[in-house]
This record gives sequence, structure tokens and C-alpha cells, in this order.
Amino acid sequence: MGSTSEGDHGFAGVGRRALIKRSAALGLVSVPAMSFLSACASGGGDDTGAGTAEGKTSKGNPFGAKKGSKLDVVVFKGGYGDDYARAWEADFGKKLGITSSHTGTQEITGKLQPRFNAGNPPDIVDDSGAQKINIDVLYKNGQLLDLAEVLDAPSVDDPARKVRDTLIPGTLDPGMQEGKIVALNYIYTVWGLWYSGKLFEEKGWQPPKTWDDFLAICKDAKSQGIGGLAHQGKYPYYINVALMDLIAKKGGLDAMKAIDNLDPKAFVGSDAAQAAAEAVYEVVEKGYLMPGTNGLSHTESQTRWNQYKAAFITCGSWLENEQLKQTPPDFDMKFLPMPPLSGSALPFEAIRAGSGEPFVIPSKAGNLPAAKEFMRRMLSKEWSTLFAKQANSLTILKDGVDPGVRLRPGTQSTVEASKAAGDHTFRYLYTEWYGEMGTALEAASNELMARRIQPKEWLKRCQAAVDKQAKDPASKKNHRD
Amino acid sequence: MRKGQYRFVTGFLLVPVALYLIFVIWPYIQTIGYSLTDWKGQSQTFRFVGLDNYRALFQDDIFLEAVWHNILFLIFIPVITILLALFFAFMLNAGGRSRAGGVRGVEGAAFYKILYFFPQVLSLAILAVLFNAVYRSDGGGLLNGLLIKTGLVDADNPVEWLNEPNMVLWALMVVVVWHGVGFYLVLFSAAMQSIPRDIYEAALIDGASRNQSFFRITLPLLWDSVQTAWVYLGIVAMDMFVLVSAMTQNMGAYGGGPDHHSDVMSTVMMRNFLYYGKSGYACAMGVVMLLLTLVLSVVTLRATRRERIEF
Repeated sequence: MGSTSEGDHGFAGVGRRALIKRSAALGLVSVPAMSFLSACASGGGDDTGAGTAEGKTSKGNPFGAKKGSKLDVVVFKGGYGDDYARAWEADFGKKLGITSSHTGTQEITGKLQPRFNAGNPPDIVDDSGAQKINIDVLYKNGQLLDLAEVLDAPSVDDPARKVRDTLIPGTLDPGMQEGKIVALNYIYTVWGLWYSGKLFEEKGWQPPKTWDDFLAICKDAKSQGIGGLAHQGKYPYYINVALMDLIAKKGGLDAMKAIDNLDPKAFVGSDAAQAAAEAVYEVVEKGYLMPGTNGLSHTESQTRWNQYKAAFITCGSWLENEQLKQTPPDFDMKFLPMPPLSGSALPFEAIRAGSGEPFVIPSKAGNLPAAKEFMRRMLSKEWSTLFAKQANSLTILKDGVDPGVRLRPGTQSTVEASKAAGDHTFRYLYTEWYGEMGTALEAASNELMARRIQPKEWLKRCQAAVDKQAKDPASKKNHRD
Repeated sequence: MRKGQYRFVTGFLLVPVALYLIFVIWPYIQTIGYSLTDWKGQSQTFRFVGLDNYRALFQDDIFLEAVWHNILFLIFIPVITILLALFFAFMLNAGGRSRAGGVRGVEGAAFYKILYFFPQVLSLAILAVLFNAVYRSDGGGLLNGLLIKTGLVDADNPVEWLNEPNMVLWALMVVVVWHGVGFYLVLFSAAMQSIPRDIYEAALIDGASRNQSFFRITLPLLWDSVQTAWVYLGIVAMDMFVLVSAMTQNMGAYGGGPDHHSDVMSTVMMRNFLYYGKSGYACAMGVVMLLLTLVLSVVTLRATRRERIEF
């Protein structure tokens, strides 16, 4: 989940209601099953790719993108909007004479699943959001192009270097399936806590460097009628940012990899996991959560936090752009690495960082040369700066933003946090690799936050999810060292 | 029939039948086919796995729990909705006792009818937004706001209506009932108005009470409408997809939370189909849903069959 706009799902099925009523009037009692069944059936279709539209290759056009051809772009319109993509497409048309058809949508699955199935997918897709098609699923079906060709092409800014060498190290990893890069996670994201610089100044709080400092601020906030920690309870993905970050910091990278590698002692038997669960549970038990936060959606709780109803919130760096309209002008949004528990293996500065928002090129795209060229240009300084301006976020291109561009305070603080972190970054991959296990971990965390289970039970449930995933024969191919 | 007439009629029937076969029956058959494979939903490559999906299905706690939730909905939604609608319809049409001794509704019946029908014009999507605001889990929610103001609920611990395992199904049911009662009220009203007045008046002269005239006259003469309502509401109860996915806590995708306590068959199916990429498995769920719904409709129609009363 690179960025999120989950609030809207479910609405796709609305039209069915009218259908059901009408059909029921005809005496078709079995209609609900029917409408699902017909959703189930694929359109069939042939599996032949159509890699036409090949033009002449040249130094500035290594893939031979053909002038006058068309490019079909589908972009997830979530926390980052889709203005940046329109700006790119306009530039692409101007420079290469290739016009684009643009689709900005939150319903990636609904719009694209039938097209993938029928063998006529778009040329380039930002496959993100709550309704993304999971990358592992697409990959297993042979629908994704191996991006090595793009990554080994000469960079737009410096033709002497390969595109691959102009990126922030490690940012390609999450797009890897069985050793091949099949998704370009374009946006550089950091995850952690966020606070309002203004509120902290008013209250005289210092950004906490340790978990105890964090608890002290929560306590003080509570005594003044403000919530301590807010989280996007309806989507337990977010509280797992806190829980999993604490595990990684406490136990180091091995504790993190144990989860990704489905270790039989990833949770039960892991001191780091136990310490993290107990720490977060303490926040719940002491009443430091913003009241009601467990049941709020991401926009609801983030907006409450913007109204100074809570000191901290967990989120990734899409937060600033997503909340642009709700944030007071003097809010002074700031990023904070997760404050570590005592005796942590990683320092305070360490952050969960990496790339999100996967862009993919379908292997059966109609205009492959133009799609590859488009992706190559995404990794140019010009387009990276366009993105930073339009979407208030960084890209995986090293120093990818023109120094003349002034960033918003939250984005600026993530730049500083990344610099301070240096090599101390970590990144979970189970969220990309194992959708079903991720869901089970989230469900368990929600129960923990609602005080329906204790840390011990949480560990057991998480371990059960890991063990279940480990038994699935399809899980064996993913491993990280 | 005259010569050529058969051909003429058949010609007209052929197109709809063909459309029905292509768009209704063929997907059914495809689904049954897919349910025997490990299809992942994003391409046409899959392996035949026989009945493995079905075997897995009967050990899938989440799906079995979802079936149970649908059954609960199936029991409560029609009963509550129909009882309320009948009660209101009766009050609006025959509940009042005028001074002159005739049979009529309570004062302002026409106005109430419009008022009650109002929820029906809202789409389910709007309904979800509306009730999300009602059930909101902090002081900003309608219910929590009221309860906190009246001191019944502690402001620091508001009720998380949709995040309580024991409450979430009922919270959803309230929405469906609120939405449906008005429609069935109007349906029953129309049926009641076609009951001849003199039957009531005769009963009234014989000294029948309101209860007696309801149970002895209204209900038997309304039976066809009640049966129809039952079938419609049964369909609603077997579905519930939109409300669950738009209102309840996220379980990866399509709602169903907290911890699958509000999952219904359709949300579990869609999650497996699209989010987990277990499309063949989801098709098996679809087939089971089809069978369940068929059994259900046969049972409903059989169980409610009784002699028609002509008037």
C-alpha cells in the first residue's frame, strides 16, 4: 500500500441493487448469487501479446518509441492525486509526439482485472491504493514485464550512467518477485509518527527520542484533554506501522526478516515482538489513544489530528498531500521516527523507508516501446521535480528534486529524517509478498487495540498467520537475506 | 394457429432467450468450471484441481462464519422489517377509529406514508455514508454525541458501534430495516386498500377488536404481499455486500471486520477473488452461494404456500 484512499470501496456494487430488484420481479430468486457469479466469470479472451508500434531506436530513444503512436496510462488517483501524471503526459506528447490516454481512478482492480484477463491491458499502470491488484498475483500470472531493460538503459540526465545507478539504493527491492524487478516503486516513502510543530511548541513538548519520552508526552496530553496517539482504526494497516517498526528497531533487521521469511519464531518466541506488543498495549491500557480512534477511517482520524485532538498519528509520507485541505496553514507538520524501546538494536534515527506506489508495465502492453520510454523519463530529474511539485512527495531518484523547489514542511522534515537515518533504514516486504497474511496480522492488531486480546494472544495469532502462510506451497519462492 | 405463426413467435423469442443464455447461464457454467481450477484471476492460465477448492471451503472458518452471518440476517431482517411494516401499514389504514364508526387510518396517515417512504429513495451508497456518521466511533458521531451529551457514555470511551463484535451485525440490520420498512409499508398499504371496506365494517359491527380484525382479516388477505416481501428481503439478507464493505472495518478489502465478525459470503468471496488472487476458490464460494440461494428460495416458497383467499 503505497498510498491510500480506502474510504471509497464498496460503492462499486451499488448498481447491482437495481438489477436485483428488477430481476427478482421476474421471479429470479437466485439473483444475488447470479450477479456474483457473473462477476466471477472472466471474459475469456486470447493470450497473445501485441507488441507493435515499434519505431527507430536512437540514443535519445533507446526503445524506439514511435512518434504518432498512442500510450494508455492508468494512474491510481489517491493520496498523491493524478495531476503529476497529466503533467508528464503533456511533456511526453510535446517531446516525443506520443499522445496519451489518461485514466485516473481508485478502482484499479475493477477497471483493469477484466483487461488483464482478456489480454489487452494498458501500457503503464500505477497499481496502488486499496483496490490495487496485488503485484504477486499479477506476477504469478505472467502479466508483468521484467523491467531490467528500462533500468539498464542510459539515464536521461546522464547517458553515461544506467538508470539503475541513479536511484536511491534499495528502492527497487520491493518491486522484486523471484529475483526480477517487475514493479517500479516510484515514490520514496518514510513511515513513522507525525506531529504538529505548532502544538508541540505551544505545549512545550520536545519531539521524543525514546519510548518513555513518548509515553510522557501522551500522559501530559491526556491530562490536558488531548489524545496521545491517533491511528486510522478502520484500516489497521496503520497501527501495524507502529507495531512492526518497534519490532524492527528493538530486535534489529533479523527480527524484521524473521517475519518476512515466515520464521517459526517470528512472533511467539521473539523478545522483540513481545516487547513491541506490550509497549503498544500499554498505550491502550493507560487510555492514551485518541477517544474513538479505533473505529475511525483514515481521513476521519487524520482530520481529528489536524484539529489538534491528538499529539501523534502513525502514517507514511503521503499524509501531507492527502490532508492538504484539512491542515491549518500554521500547523507545521513534522515527521518523527518511531521512538525506540529501551535496549533497541537500531538507533532512534532509523526509519522504515523505501519505495511505494508501484508502476508496472504489463507484458502484453500494446505499445511497449513507448511504455518503456515513459518509465525511463519518469526517472529523469525533470519529471521527478514535476512530481515533487504536484504531489508533495519525493521520488526514488537520488537528489531528484531541483534545489530551487521549496517543499512543504512535512515533506521537508522527511528529507531531513532520511538524511539523518543514513543507512539505518529498514523495510518490511511481507505486505507485498503475502496479502492474506498481512490481513490476518491487521485483524489481530485491531483486536489488540480494542483490548479484546492481550499481547500474548496477539503474538499467538500473528504466529498462526505466519505458520499458515509458510505452509502454502506458493510462499516458498520469496526469501530475503 | 395459422401456418407460419410458430416461426414468427419463435423468431421473437429467440433473441431474449439467446441473450439470457449468453449473459446469465453461460457465466454460471463458466463459474462452475473455474471453481474446479486454481485460477488466479489475472490471466487464462490455470490448473485443474478437482474438488480441492470445495474441500478447502468446508474447512474455511471465515467462510463458514460468513454463512452463519447470512443466516442470521436471513432470520432477522425479514421478520423485523415485515412486522414493523405490517404494524405501521395497519395503523395508517385501519388503525384509527373515526367518530362515525367507519374504518380509517390514524390522523395524518397520508403524511406519515410519505415520511416512511423517504428512506427508500436513498441509494445504498448514501445510506452507508449517512450511517457511518451515525455510528462514528468518536464524539462526532450522532449516537455517541447524544450519549456523551446525556452523560450515558464516557467521552473518553465512546461506543465503537461498528468495531464491536457483538454489535456490528445488529448495527447493520438497523440500517437495512430503516431503509426497507417504508417500502413494505407502502406495499402493504396498497394491498390493504384493495380489501373491501365492508368486510371490516361487518367485523366492526360484530364487535371485533383491532387485534382481531388484523389477525383474522388483514393478515390472511395480505398473505400474497407478505410472501413477496419475504422473498425480496431474503435476497437482501443473502447479499449485504454494499453495506458491509462500505461500513465495517477493513479486513484487507471489502470490510467484514472487526476480525471477520461482519463478513458475509459475498465479501469473503470478493476478497478471495480479487484481493488474495484466489479466484478459483472464490468461484467455488460462488457456486455454494448459488446452491444455498436456490435451496432457500424453494424452501421459502413452499413454506409460505397456502390457499389463496379470493375476494
